[in-house]
Amino acid sequence: MDIPYTVKDRPDTGLYNGKLGIWLFLASEVMLFGGLFSAYVFLRTGAESWPTGADILNVPLATLNTLFLITSSVTMVMSWASLKLKEFDKFKLYAGLTLLLAASFLVVKYFEYTAKFDHGLFPSTNNFLGIYFTLTGLHVIHIIGGMIVIFFFWMPGAKMWESDPDRFTNRIEIVGLYWHFVDLVWIFLFPVLYLL
Amino acid sequence: MADLTPEEIKHHVKTYVIVFVVLAFFTIVTVAISYLDLGVGASVALALGVASIKGALVASYFMHLIDEKITIYWTLIVTVAMFLILMFLPLGNMLAQTKI
Amino acid sequence: MSTDHHKDSIWTKYIFSTDHKIIGLQYGFTSLVWLLVGFTLMMIMRYQLAYPGNPVPIVGNLLGEGGIIPPEMYNSLGAMHGTIMIFLGVVPLAFGAFGNYFLPLQIGTIDMAFPKLNAASYWMYFVGSIVMIVGFFVPGGAANSGWTSYPPLSVTATMGQTVWLLGMVFLITSSSLLGSVNILVTVIQLRAKGMTWMRLPIFVWTQFITAFLLLLAFPPLEAASVLQLMDRLVGTSFFMPSGLVVSGVVQNYTGGGSPLLWQHLFWFLAHPEVYVLILPAFGIITEVIANNTRKPIRGYKAMVYAMVFLGFMSFIVWAHHMYITGMGTSIGAFFQTTTMIISIPSVVILTTLFLSLWGGSIRFNTPMLFALGFIPMFGIGGLTGLPLGLAAADIHLHDTYYVIGHFHYIVAPGTIFALFAGIYYWFPKITGKRTNETLGKLHFFFSFIFMNGVFMPMFVQGLAGVSRRLWDGGEIYAHAADVLYLNEVMSISAWLLGLAQIFFIVNMIISLRGKKTGETNPWGATTIDWTDTTSPPLGHGNFETVPTVYRGPYEYSVPGADKDFTPQSEKG
Repeated sequence: MDIPYTVKDRPDTGLYNGKLGIWLFLASEVMLFGGLFSAYVFLRTGAESWPTGADILNVPLATLNTLFLITSSVTMVMSWASLKLKEFDKFKLYAGLTLLLAASFLVVKYFEYTAKFDHGLFPSTNNFLGIYFTLTGLHVIHIIGGMIVIFFFWMPGAKMWESDPDRFTNRIEIVGLYWHFVDLVWIFLFPVLYLL
Repeated sequence: MADLTPEEIKHHVKTYVIVFVVLAFFTIVTVAISYLDLGVGASVALALGVASIKGALVASYFMHLIDEKITIYWTLIVTVAMFLILMFLPLGNMLAQTKI
Repeated sequence: MSTDHHKDSIWTKYIFSTDHKIIGLQYGFTSLVWLLVGFTLMMIMRYQLAYPGNPVPIVGNLLGEGGIIPPEMYNSLGAMHGTIMIFLGVVPLAFGAFGNYFLPLQIGTIDMAFPKLNAASYWMYFVGSIVMIVGFFVPGGAANSGWTSYPPLSVTATMGQTVWLLGMVFLITSSSLLGSVNILVTVIQLRAKGMTWMRLPIFVWTQFITAFLLLLAFPPLEAASVLQLMDRLVGTSFFMPSGLVVSGVVQNYTGGGSPLLWQHLFWFLAHPEVYVLILPAFGIITEVIANNTRKPIRGYKAMVYAMVFLGFMSFIVWAHHMYITGMGTSIGAFFQTTTMIISIPSVVILTTLFLSLWGGSIRFNTPMLFALGFIPMFGIGGLTGLPLGLAAADIHLHDTYYVIGHFHYIVAPGTIFALFAGIYYWFPKITGKRTNETLGKLHFFFSFIFMNGVFMPMFVQGLAGVSRRLWDGGEIYAHAADVLYLNEVMSISAWLLGLAQIFFIVNMIISLRGKKTGETNPWGATTIDWTDTTSPPLGHGNFETVPTVYRGPYEYSVPGADKDFTPQSEKG
């Protein structure tokens, strides 16, 4: 006996287990980032003064980062679509591009953070910087986590394509959903921290 | 998503490219708006509004939410409700705080 | 997932097993040990409360100079007692142990939806619990700012608080988050054929709703813990107000933060958390009552709707823990209203259980005694919550022993009695053996008496104004003088309560060494975890053939049937 609906959809829900699982996990992630956003709103509304993001942070660099992430979302979903079309080489290409774009995002973030530290701007300097480093820092951790998983399926885990292609395709779909969510968080983080 | 034909996938791919262009456009738009001095209320509303449109596009098309099943919709509706509670009730509490 | 049984080593078969039954037992044993540890901490605290300033026997030398508990150590014992009991004890037992072991059996499937994730969730709980205990061994001792960890006190506290925060991040990510995803997907996707939503045993419903609460309510506390870690380790001021002075020393923080922000984020979890503590108990009690009255429970649908409503409402009542923080009258009115409304589903559920006894053919075995004891005890706990839910009364009662009495009645002779009922009830299914009824009854009677001995006087002390978290039990306060003698009464009851658990421990040991009875359904139960599973101990796969379900979960004494119970899997 095997656990049912790991690949095939259950008729009444129309879902396979992993897809429902990742959406539920994403629901909890909404509440995690929601807690931090709620803290941001609370602190800013109650603050006597609050700096303008654009005065302290580098908007052009962050715009570039936004474009990196949006593009990586496209390459991620393309890598899944390639598998549905049974084009494994295209999958490797798109997954590789996703990793490259994600790495570029991290490089930009590295320069942003070190520039702040060089100017004596730390999380403890004021609450704006505190929440900026915390929100973007947690987001960076999520990017790194996603990269590790994508890399696993790009390299060692790719042999599942030989043994169970449908299951492998589903796994890439699930990873993709997580990756799009990370992109989604940034889509809100960017204006809230940098533009308002 | 288990039984899409290759033609349907190719159609989806076209959609992904269009959505990407729209997202890039809105990114430029939201940065441009931020340089205008519109006052707090309008700035926040526009920034969050544009972000919501971008987010909705990513969710609907990249995450395939637009043809997802009802179980997922229910999960998200409940989550959004909880998110809004978390966002607004503490704030409301603070704004209504008795000032001594 | 393939079923090829290549040679399992002791590592894959027992230690890193992915079988939900082994994982359930792992959760069960670990959490029972932690419950004992948490209880011991309290027994030590109660010595100080009964005889303030006196050296504590046996363990005194571990605690402080001359065997006397210093105030900071008392605070550590208190904060860790709460933390251990809730997060290392009750929730892992009620949700991790019972949920993992019996939910797949009750819905008719061979394992949880994600077995490897299940194993990971247990080991993260294990690691998280070790991290928590490490706190006792760092300079300054374990966390001592209450299980509620309010800043600014918690931010300025010793290293133990950092360890507490790290432990919470581990625990939250593990049995709560991973476990919830697993339970939710398993119930939605893996129900057997014919097991419709309205045929689910109430036990399954309670686990399902609990999982939703954990999934959505825990992350904001995780966020808050990250923020508090930042305040402690990096010097941010998320929770630190401007101009803070501690012991005459102006603190070196940028300021501008809000201690109330922590309270909001903390209670956003911690209120649903109390429903996480009680819902699995409702589920277990329902199974035991239906089985031991030999009739269906009254109002299955009412119970289900009440529990779902309870789950939703639990997210919008949290500020009733914050009435005295100076909130405005309209927002106070909002939370008082929601708090009063949320008492209604609890009453519906308790009334359903109580009415289900009417006309039943009641069997007074050990699980049923604990279930019968649960009903009035939870009633007292719930009713004493009502004055606390109203701001006017709460001004007098907040942070007094009244609150401690209220919530302990719900968790101790409430939930923990339900968990004991579950252990005695399901013991034959896990082991194929029976527990000793005499020892079980002694365990029940003495526990029942001494539970009341510990917690009833707390209402008296609370009404007199004795505050909680006082190292000397109120000795220095004039207003506490008349009720101070109750401290000794409660402490002696607590130690006797501890002794009464020996009946349980001895019972478990001798029963485990007893002979297998060969019965698969000794209680004559209707749910498929009893009727269709293979002979205990259950092997991989649980069922010879996965059953199809044809009827509801509590078809006892069906008119015209030849037995007084009709299994769910029996054709109509």
